[in-house]
Amino acid sequence: MAADEYPKVYLYRRIVHAKLFIDNHYDGAIDLDNIADEALFSKFHFIRLFKRIYGLTPHQYLIHVRIEKAMQLLRNGMPVSDTCFAVGFESLSSFSSLFKRTAGISPTDFTAYHQKIKALVTQKPLGFVPGCFAKANGWH
Amino acid sequence: MAGTKKAIFDKRKKLLLFTFVLYLRQHKRMINKMSHVSIYVLDQDSAYDFYVNKLGFKVATDAAMGPGMRWLTVTPPDQPDLEITLMPIKSGMMFTEESAEQMKNLVKKGTFGFGVFKCNDIYATYEELKAKGVEFSKAPKKEFYGIEALFKDDSGNWFSLGQKEEGEN
Repeated sequence: MAADEYPKVYLYRRIVHAKLFIDNHYDGAIDLDNIADEALFSKFHFIRLFKRIYGLTPHQYLIHVRIEKAMQLLRNGMPVSDTCFAVGFESLSSFSSLFKRTAGISPTDFTAYHQKIKALVTQKPLGFVPGCFAKANGWH
Repeated sequence: MAGTKKAIFDKRKKLLLFTFVLYLRQHKRMINKMSHVSIYVLDQDSAYDFYVNKLGFKVATDAAMGPGMRWLTVTPPDQPDLEITLMPIKSGMMFTEESAEQMKNLVKKGTFGFGVFKCNDIYATYEELKAKGVEFSKAPKKEFYGIEALFKDDSGNWFSLGQKEEGEN
């Protein structure tokens, strides 16, 4: 079977293209109608196909990407309010509540927890390496 | 009367023993999970980019272990308790100069296949990874064991990509 012979390749390509667009522009004001237009689908057909492939509607996926990116920035020590706007949210309260719903912990507590882990990794890295590997590499 | 009491006692003893054996079976297995698995890579920075930015894996530990040494592990998004160690091939404690060079050449040649990754939709995953520049040696194809594709990491290690079956975790 050649590379392009699998079912409905053009549909997959358009949906994947839309998903990558969200991945790359999550921090901007994304209009999902425009994405559907760009993918040459009607809005409802687009949402149905996107959900079938990724298990989330495009809007839910956009929120998911923003929260994931926020986690990444918070882990790196960015303040909560800066993170909120950096990932495309316009309201700190909606960011905090969506973050807590997804991560099960508030952005402030998330940051504190990861800063603690980061400090531990820096101070006692051997605590994160299985003993056999540490020994084999001569890390004591 | 004494005989009845003894029979009840024996029955309780058997029940207790049975419960104990069940407990041992459930809680005292010898090996119950894999925590770390290693993939030998040519360059950790490039491997980080491949596994994190292309495959979408999460960084579990990224620790500086001294000059020129780094402990870098990643996990597949739905499997946070299996750390994949991106192990650089360097002469030192684990390799001699000669064996490190041999190992690098073998990895580059695509000698090693390190495992099978699973995704929810193989066609979408294939299209996305291809768009991100991942090299596939086999496009998704229906085999008797399921749909499969093969791809290489940035070092040359190859992996099978399969699609989760209905109801599979």
